[in-house]
Amino acid sequence: MPHQAPDVALGDHPPAASAVPAVRLRGLRKNFGSVTAVDGVDLDIRPGEFFAMLGPSGSGKTTVLRMIAGFEQPTDGTVELGGQDVSRLAPFDRDVNTVFQDYALFPHMNVARNVEYGLRVKGVPRAERRRRAADALRSVRLDDYGRRRPSQLSGGQRQRVALARALVNRPKVLLLDEPLGALDLKLRHEMQSELKQLQRDVDITFVFVTHDQDEALTMSDRIAVFNAGRIEQVGTPQEVYERPATAFVAGFVGTSNLLGGRAAEAVIGMAGLFSIRPEKIRIDGDLARPAGPGETVATGAVTDVVYAGAILRFEVALDAGGRLSVVRQNTDGVPGFTDGRVRLTWRHEHNFPVTGSE
Amino acid sequence: MTAAITNTPRPAGSPRRRLSAYLRRTPRLRLGILLSAPLAWLGVAYLGALAALFVTAFWSTDVFTGRVVVSWSLDNFATLARDAVYRTITVRTVGVAVIVTLVDAVIAFPMAFAMAKFTSRRTQRLLVIAVMTPLWASYLVKAYAWRSMLSGNGVLHWLLVPVGLDGPGYGLPATVITLSYLWLPYMILPIYAGLDRLPDSLLDASGDLGARSVRTFLSVVLPLALPAVIAGSIFTFSLSLGDYIAVKIVGGTSQLLGNVVYDNIGAANNLPFAATVATVPVVIMLLYLAAARRTGAVDTL
Ligand SMILES: Nc1ncnc2c1ncn2[C@@H]1O[C@H](COP(=O)(O)OP(=O)(O)OP(=O)(O)O)[C@@H](O)[C@H]1O
Ligand SMILES: [Mg+2]
Repeated sequence: MPHQAPDVALGDHPPAASAVPAVRLRGLRKNFGSVTAVDGVDLDIRPGEFFAMLGPSGSGKTTVLRMIAGFEQPTDGTVELGGQDVSRLAPFDRDVNTVFQDYALFPHMNVARNVEYGLRVKGVPRAERRRRAADALRSVRLDDYGRRRPSQLSGGQRQRVALARALVNRPKVLLLDEPLGALDLKLRHEMQSELKQLQRDVDITFVFVTHDQDEALTMSDRIAVFNAGRIEQVGTPQEVYERPATAFVAGFVGTSNLLGGRAAEAVIGMAGLFSIRPEKIRIDGDLARPAGPGETVATGAVTDVVYAGAILRFEVALDAGGRLSVVRQNTDGVPGFTDGRVRLTWRHEHNFPVTGSE
Repeated sequence: MTAAITNTPRPAGSPRRRLSAYLRRTPRLRLGILLSAPLAWLGVAYLGALAALFVTAFWSTDVFTGRVVVSWSLDNFATLARDAVYRTITVRTVGVAVIVTLVDAVIAFPMAFAMAKFTSRRTQRLLVIAVMTPLWASYLVKAYAWRSMLSGNGVLHWLLVPVGLDGPGYGLPATVITLSYLWLPYMILPIYAGLDRLPDSLLDASGDLGARSVRTFLSVVLPLALPAVIAGSIFTFSLSLGDYIAVKIVGGTSQLLGNVVYDNIGAANNLPFAATVATVPVVIMLLYLAAARRTGAVDTL
């Protein structure tokens, strides 16, 4: 996992917290008939930030994005862009551009005309249009593809044309709806770092929708975790991963490892629901050894060992009740514990309370 | 291919199995067998009839006995080309077909657009059925309905008199109105299908890039829907070109090519000349199809 150290700087240019937010959502709500897609979202996205909206399918990410772009009217609440209330403005009057999940390239125009479209609509003179479109295509490394039709491009190339078509307008905010969703894994990793690099270069606020937690963790300055039309937590990747606020976040970002009820009282000594990341737990067969300073100890029995190449995953049923998942680097191969009995230890600060239920 | 065959794990067993395996390997043969019956039908019943028509056009009729004389001459075509009446009628017929097509396109496009983009799936299905319903009613009933609506004391007259206008009466305008009404579904349905295939995200993208509705319509919707419009126009144009009943019912004394054909078969009893006149719409239609082909519309049919 990247960002292991809790307090490293966010990136090359940490966004200023004091500035007027690039995007501000207040009490945003959207009903489709009887379905509540977005259920009261408050959010500030800072200028120049790479902001990820992470959440499971149907949690309302796309709907929020579409309300920022102006394709959907909020049932309730406001959308502000750069301090200006745009809730009632049409998409063409908002200074944002969107990269669509299906790219939405115009099939009857070649790549260059696609990229120039926004400028042409705004009446930018032809020479400048040409130049800016060429620049945009160069920035996504598609210099020589201007005359091709979208149907003659690969998925990754289409994605980059969509990006160039949006960026050429130099919007204040760029909205991206799962732009890498249609790409295969390798291309996806390539595009992730390219996209991140591009965002640093152009210095535009990126709002990025994904349901891939790795993508959100590796790429973004901050993440909002969505669940059922609400935001469960907003924070840096470290905060969201190391200190999930709710049981849902703990489970959705990384592996859920929850202790509650009597097990929590017995092991941690407090009532409530606690989350512990699997890689924070050490596992050994040294049952008799007492806890070191600042350590929590629990004993249990291994119920399953999953061999995943680089890591091993142990499922442990605690003697005090409850189950924990533990991962360990595959340094010494699969260890044999006597009778499957193990001792688990972790530092106090690695178990922390979350709200919600197991 | 050979690799695939040698790698087949189970060697072919029963003859039936071997036959189906063989057909699987030879898709062209399979296609041929599947299409042979429809192709035979098309060849005999359609192309055969067309060929017979074309051949007949070179024959003539004995003036006294009224019998068809099998003798090859271009006289019929010469008459058709020389006689100003036929030229006028051809131009009039094409004119009516063009106007009907334009009227239908103008009426159908907004309807199809609204159906495809601004209604729920459920409403869409209902509207498609509503558009098709008139096709289930008899052509004659619909044509006579228009005759009564257009008549001197019909609904149209009654509606227009209070605003100081008068109904069109019987004649070419009435023919255009009736034909436009009759063929409208053939225009709406292809355009609807074309617009339904058009992803909503393209419209969103256009708006997102700063285009207002009119601009989006002209730059994105229209060019992408054009093949569908042309596909619809092939129906409305060809159906109008061959029609002779509507014009008889609401057209007053006006004549179209279809009437000339009809009169030569019936009253004049000159089958060869009727065949000659009938080749005119066929040729016009072939030219139209050739032009439409270049726009890619034929692929969307
Ligand atoms: N146009 C619509 N009409 C009716 N319901 C809708 C519409 N758009 C979205 N919904 C519903 O709103 C909820 C949220 O949808 P949304 O597309 O925002 O989810 P999402 O988080 O983007 O999911 P995914 O990751 O699958 O894209 C879903 O329950 C969805 O069915
Ligand atoms: Mg979505």
